[in-house]
Amino acid sequence: MAVEVKMPNVGESVQEGVIHKWRVKSGDFVNRDDVLVELETDKATVEVVAENSGVITIVKKQGETVAVGDVMASLDTDAKGSTAAKESTPASSKPSEKAEVKLPPPPTSSSTAPAAQSDLSPAARRITEELGVNPSQIVGTGKDGRLTKGDVIAHVESGSSKPQSGSNQANAASQPSPVKASLGSSAILGARSERREPMSMIRKRTAERLVKAQETAAILTTFNEIDMTNVMKLRNDYKDKFKEKYGVGLGFMSFFMKAAIEALKTFPAVNGWIEGNEIVYHDYYDIGVAVSSNRGLVVPVVRNAERLSVAELEMAVGDYGKRAKDGKLTIDEMTGGTFTVSNGGVFGSLMSTPILNPPQSAILGMHKIQERPVVVGGQIVIRPMMYVALSYDHRIIDGRESVGFLVKIKECVEDPSRILVGV
Amino acid sequence: MANFDVVFIGGGPAGYTGAIRAGQLGLNVACIESRGSLGGTCLNVGCIPSKALLQSSENYHQVKHKFSEHGIQIGKLEFDVAQMLKRKDGIVSGLTKGIEGLLKKNKVTYIKGKASFVNPNTVKVALTDGGSEEHTAKNFVISTGSSPIELRSIAPFDGKDIVSSTEALTFDKVPEHLVVVGAGVIGLEMGSVWMRLGAKVTVIEALDRVLPPMDGAVSVEMKKILEKQGMNFLLGCKLLKAEKSGKSLKVTYEQEGKSKDLSCDKVLVAVGRRAYTDGLGLENVGIATRKDGKIDVNHHYQTSVAHIRAVGDVIDGPMLAHKADEEGVAVAELIAGKPGHVNYQAIPNVVYTWPEVASVGSTEEELKAKGVDYKVGKIPFMANGRARCFGETDGFVKIIADAKSDKIIGAHIIGPNASELIAELVIGVEFSASAEDIGRSSHAHPTLAEVMKEAALAVDKRALNF
Ligand SMILES: Cc1cc2nc3c(=O)[nH]c(=O)nc-3n(C[C@H](O)[C@H](O)[C@H](O)COP(=O)(O)OP(=O)(O)OC[C@H]3O[C@@H](n4cnc5c(N)ncnc54)[C@H](O)[C@@H]3O)c2cc1C
Repeated sequence: MAVEVKMPNVGESVQEGVIHKWRVKSGDFVNRDDVLVELETDKATVEVVAENSGVITIVKKQGETVAVGDVMASLDTDAKGSTAAKESTPASSKPSEKAEVKLPPPPTSSSTAPAAQSDLSPAARRITEELGVNPSQIVGTGKDGRLTKGDVIAHVESGSSKPQSGSNQANAASQPSPVKASLGSSAILGARSERREPMSMIRKRTAERLVKAQETAAILTTFNEIDMTNVMKLRNDYKDKFKEKYGVGLGFMSFFMKAAIEALKTFPAVNGWIEGNEIVYHDYYDIGVAVSSNRGLVVPVVRNAERLSVAELEMAVGDYGKRAKDGKLTIDEMTGGTFTVSNGGVFGSLMSTPILNPPQSAILGMHKIQERPVVVGGQIVIRPMMYVALSYDHRIIDGRESVGFLVKIKECVEDPSRILVGV
Repeated sequence: MANFDVVFIGGGPAGYTGAIRAGQLGLNVACIESRGSLGGTCLNVGCIPSKALLQSSENYHQVKHKFSEHGIQIGKLEFDVAQMLKRKDGIVSGLTKGIEGLLKKNKVTYIKGKASFVNPNTVKVALTDGGSEEHTAKNFVISTGSSPIELRSIAPFDGKDIVSSTEALTFDKVPEHLVVVGAGVIGLEMGSVWMRLGAKVTVIEALDRVLPPMDGAVSVEMKKILEKQGMNFLLGCKLLKAEKSGKSLKVTYEQEGKSKDLSCDKVLVAVGRRAYTDGLGLENVGIATRKDGKIDVNHHYQTSVAHIRAVGDVIDGPMLAHKADEEGVAVAELIAGKPGHVNYQAIPNVVYTWPEVASVGSTEEELKAKGVDYKVGKIPFMANGRARCFGETDGFVKIIADAKSDKIIGAHIIGPNASELIAELVIGVEFSASAEDIGRSSHAHPTLAEVMKEAALAVDKRALNF
């Protein structure tokens, strides 16, 4: 019996994914529960396992996009062992870019044209052919991600793709005539090649979200600086005992999260967001912590952070960081969040203006600690200082609140006992 | 009493469509309607009966004024208003009964009566057949629609001579002189019906154009065409008073600062519609209405009480049946935990005069105000072979596209069957089509639709037949 292997429903907001890697080949005999394929969605990487044993025939190839419910492969549960079923890859779906952009689709049976090309709207088809750009490398903004003529124009104008020379006559005529080798021309500098790689789903999604945040919110950033002397001393005093007892290092992140929660309690709008004509205030504190993963920045969320101790916070963040590196975070762990803390300091950043993580209304940026001369009580002294930044949505957070918020963080971190006492 | 997953209050396009969709999604649904029949304003006293009368009157008008050009002579031409009304009523009752069947088929409980909130989880229904009952539900959807705006102090409705659209659909004889207050969709449609059947029609409009929210070019052309058909317009004029004066009515209005009057036998006040929530008991659940009567909702159609939602004429947006039913479907899907969505940029707007007017997306005026860079392609029906065969050459198709991306951002048609033609461009907008996409799609010849292809080509200044 043939059983279909479909793209599973991996989470509420996930509708599609890209086949990252097949762990098996067509014709392989797979056992139930074997990992078949790694799918990359915009939130995380998921592994799909075999629900039955049998000989597999792969339908969707690596790099192809699949929607939830799409058939990715089929399993012949009657077949035994390596009676190699032939790979059923239709010849036409092989990427053959060079030929593809020059040949107009045959006038009669359009079904033989590569899928991507024949699925285009007439104008998008015309302009990709005329300019010789590969439609599969352009992100579509039309319904369900379809490519529009405007997408192709924007793509070419952004310089992401130059029209291929000679792809048609009109185009060839407009190519500049070759210039004599001069200083700076490629003749002297040697080959200057470019490399093109499709954006990963996470990259694409991040790009979209960042632009969306910029478009919808009125983002403003306010700065302050923090004298880290006390908290560094505290850390030095207890880091060995802490490590011994909890098995994780005592970092600064937990102090900033604690301080942020105090500040969020004082300024509830910072923990809220806009939904339609309403402001949603949250009386829980789900703090997103930006960590880098093997596929870009991800923001797992520490839920109800207000209920966690310093040790529990450090453990949660440490665990997320580790699993992010391995691409093992689950989608649930990366959705939600009412506020975000991002530490650019780990990469050496001295100052930055973080972008909001929509629909959240604010994000705290931590930075590198640097010894600087500062004036304390009329004396110039050297202190370990950190700049902090709060980017916020001015639509719901006033300047006064944002400044007060950072001051509150500054006070709490400079004098951690305030967190304990709650003042 | 029964405990429902969702109760729709109001059985108009928003409510009954939403209820059907919710039923399809396996929810336990009820729909409460006080009118005695389903279909709301649209089926009972709106879209459908008005279109029935528009068709009857247009048929008469065609025979009377256009057949001779085709070489068809008819001796004595007569019409019977009673038969026109009977036909209209037959269509209405057929369709409303049909909806009852659809609700049954989708396992929706139809409750006849007027609903009022007792508390956020309970409504009390004053049953049409007497008595009352209470129902509880996990979700409520307010789909109570709208009612005509009355100018109570200067032209109060009397149900007979100074009337709303509802009564203008049931005049038992053709008025001698009908004054229409308001040159909007309903005013021009109802004015057209009675004008075609022989009434003198005068339209008083405070603004300086007809069909105010439509594209400027459409307003100008429509006024010209209707004037040619015999409609009189008093634009930039303000109604001051309409009152009985002996056997007729006296209408006083202000024109360029001077007070003038005229005499007529019927006044149709068609100055708009107001969201309707009378007797709904919103005060018992703490939902406020705005000054204009509408209920504020978020993008999930939730009111300030999250499990009570609202859709259709009672919330923001154009008061259109197909907007209401799209929202009904979306709200049912959202309640069932699915992603429901309405694309407000791709909702067509139609005026069923003859020729018809249809549009989708932005008007040129809106784009100018927003500073958007755009291109326009405009082709008259005069240039179209089929339109000439029909003998219907008034009007044009105007397509507006983004100057850079060529994406269609607005389309405006006046012309024969514009209501049907617009569907192509609605799909275009929905799929982010460029004007070139339409220009490169084959359109059957000869058809009216070819004007749209030509207009699309004209956006790029390369119309072939104009
Ligand atoms: C003359 C005319 C012509 C029109 N022509 C068109 C057209 O051609 N195309 C178009 O798209 N639109 C047209 N419209 C507009 C269209 O009718 C409305 O946009 C549409 O009906 C709105 O649907 P709805 O479901 O929101 O409200 P409605 O259709 O108004 O339905 C609401 C229903 O709720 C019921 N109700 C109210 N309160 C309660 C309560 N407390 N308990 C129980 N029931 C209650 C009412 O009795 C009513 O039946 C026209 C309107 C008029 C008046």
